Amino acid sequence: MDRYRNKATIMSLIFMGFGQIYNRQFIKGLIYLLIEAYAIIYFSSNLGRALWGIVTLGETPRTKVNGVFVDADHSIILLIKSLITILFLIIFIIIYIINVRDARKIAEKREQGVQANRFLQSIRYVLDYKFAQALLTLPAVGILFFTIMPIIFMVMLAFTNYSSPNHIPPFKLVDWVGFNTFKDLISLKTWSHTFYGVLTWTIIWAVLSTVTTYFGGLLVALLINQKGIRFKGFWRTILIIPYAIPQLISLLVMRNMFNGQFGPINQYITKYFGYFGLGGLPWLTDPFWAKVTVIIVNMWVGIPVSMILIMGVLTTIPRDMYEAAEVDGASNYQKFRIVTLPMVLFSTAPILIMQFAGNINNFNAIFLLTSGNPVVGDYQYAGATDLLVTWLYKLTLDQNKYNMASAVGIIIFLIIASFSIYNYRRTKSFKEEDMIQ
Amino acid sequence: MSGHKIKKLFRLSISYITLIILSICAVYPVLWVIFGSVRPGKSLYSKTLIPTQFTFDHYRELFTSKSYMFGDWYMNTLKISIASMLIGVFLTLLTSYAVSRFRFRGRQTALSAVLILGMFPGFMSMIAIFLLLKEFNLLDTHLALIIVYAAGAPLMGTFVAKGFLDTIPRSLDEAARIDGASNFKIFTRIIIPLSRPMFTYMALTQFVGPWVDFIFAKMVLRSKEKWTVAVGLYEMVNTNTNSNFTLFAAGAVLIAVPITLLFMFLQRFLVDGLTSGASKG
Repeated sequence: MDRYRNKATIMSLIFMGFGQIYNRQFIKGLIYLLIEAYAIIYFSSNLGRALWGIVTLGETPRTKVNGVFVDADHSIILLIKSLITILFLIIFIIIYIINVRDARKIAEKREQGVQANRFLQSIRYVLDYKFAQALLTLPAVGILFFTIMPIIFMVMLAFTNYSSPNHIPPFKLVDWVGFNTFKDLISLKTWSHTFYGVLTWTIIWAVLSTVTTYFGGLLVALLINQKGIRFKGFWRTILIIPYAIPQLISLLVMRNMFNGQFGPINQYITKYFGYFGLGGLPWLTDPFWAKVTVIIVNMWVGIPVSMILIMGVLTTIPRDMYEAAEVDGASNYQKFRIVTLPMVLFSTAPILIMQFAGNINNFNAIFLLTSGNPVVGDYQYAGATDLLVTWLYKLTLDQNKYNMASAVGIIIFLIIASFSIYNYRRTKSFKEEDMIQ
Repeated sequence: MSGHKIKKLFRLSISYITLIILSICAVYPVLWVIFGSVRPGKSLYSKTLIPTQFTFDHYRELFTSKSYMFGDWYMNTLKISIASMLIGVFLTLLTSYAVSRFRFRGRQTALSAVLILGMFPGFMSMIAIFLLLKEFNLLDTHLALIIVYAAGAPLMGTFVAKGFLDTIPRSLDEAARIDGASNFKIFTRIIIPLSRPMFTYMALTQFVGPWVDFIFAKMVLRSKEKWTVAVGLYEMVNTNTNSNFTLFAAGAVLIAVPITLLFMFLQRFLVDGLTSGASKG
């Protein structure tokens, strides 16, 4: 009694939708049929060129014939078009597999004497049992085309020589170069010097900015939470203000305030402390002071966040732990060290790690404040305060060193991803997700 | 007075002094911008924090001057924010509901994928998106920004939203199911009303995103009359930092005030959102 089953499978293998029509599911079959018909038209005109394009990245650049530009192969457009076509192909293959499996399953049911669902019943079935998948379709398409595809594209760029001045289409072609870009970045003197320099500062920055904002926040939270401090709500509201102002604004404002020549900070310093021989400081123009400035300004922006978090944690610490400590004769400092600090650290550790990862990528804090400047002479297109991520930005938009930028991006990603995945895997929400229900 | 009391008084005074200093540090730059925006002239520096004369000329100039089309920028930003907020929140809600309530094959993989994708430096994919938009003739349009912001929303919001939805007891769903409610009905009648706080948080962050994003907007929007306020303001500082500070201050106030008020008003949700995303349960 398996003739339905095999027949339906074979028919749907031959042409999408045949199996469904054989199963007497006409509307569903017709939809599948139309999808395949469209796919055949689309792929017959695109697939060949796409495969050729992704392998060769074009063979003839734009040329000038009798004073007129003749367009030929634009490597990058070719690459992105090929990528889109291949993605469509993958989607199509997935639909094909679903189609065959569906036809076979329905045929099996028919062998057992169950009537195939009518179209409306099929829809109901999806809504009842495949609801999650149905919900996820739309967001998945968006993510596929605006996140995954661009990422694949950029990863591919790291393996090409797409960079100015010699390999910028349409007048020049781009070629695959394998791991050469990474090799240059790590071992070629000019690049590696900048890379290690920027990497070192990125890590120093991430550590310092995380530590300063975290302990700053802890300090402020403890100050406000002390016994005997009045107007707690008032202090809290005032100190939260920096957090509420968009970073775009506050950082641009700070850039003005710390301006060495015109900024009010230096003007006040010379005005009030000028007698002691103090001039203004080169806040944003000296490599060392620029680093100090970004850390200070980042504290201004970041402390409120930690403060809110830690205040939240403080309220959850049971009072009896303090009472027990008091009975044992603990001093204030001891209570802090033995009860408060471990409790706070324990509950904020995941956030601390995420903040660290976020600071490695903290584009705004650097770019809006210093734009990565001051420039360092022997760096390749980077300044003293540039993080890897702002360097990546400069390499891309100002210098057109796309391949190098992609390589840097991959390295940043590897650093951040390892932190975050480690962190995520050890949080409870991953391990014991269903426990709280 | 006993020694203990003196010690306590001393500790409290130090604390109050610290708090006052910190408060001044927190508020000073803010006041400086607000007062700067109503100070006559163009100078960045003034002898006193509070200006001796007040003027609203800078605000007027923002909207009337030919070189600053602040009114246009404001409307553009509003349009983009609202549209991308609506679509983005919708998409995030779909994703987070699906991963919070249903158990299906590949779910754990999908979750990890969302997490990992969210960690990629955004600029890395910007060039690709730029070329993609160029292919579809979407450069220099607001639609492009809306699509990209909305499509990216689930990546940023799913975890926070899922953390929240996980706390809605599943017994509610089951009770409704016994009463004969369909998935769709449970979604619209139970989940959506109960997740209003999370909704608000998501909508807010989605709304504010376009207001403060200038990197991507700057890349896509080429013509001046299509800029968003963020791009306009950044360009103001970038091109003539010190010559017209008061005008910049007025622009900053115009952008910051609505967003700041929203944040203050919704502070509670923000705190919830911050904590629930990280380690729920």
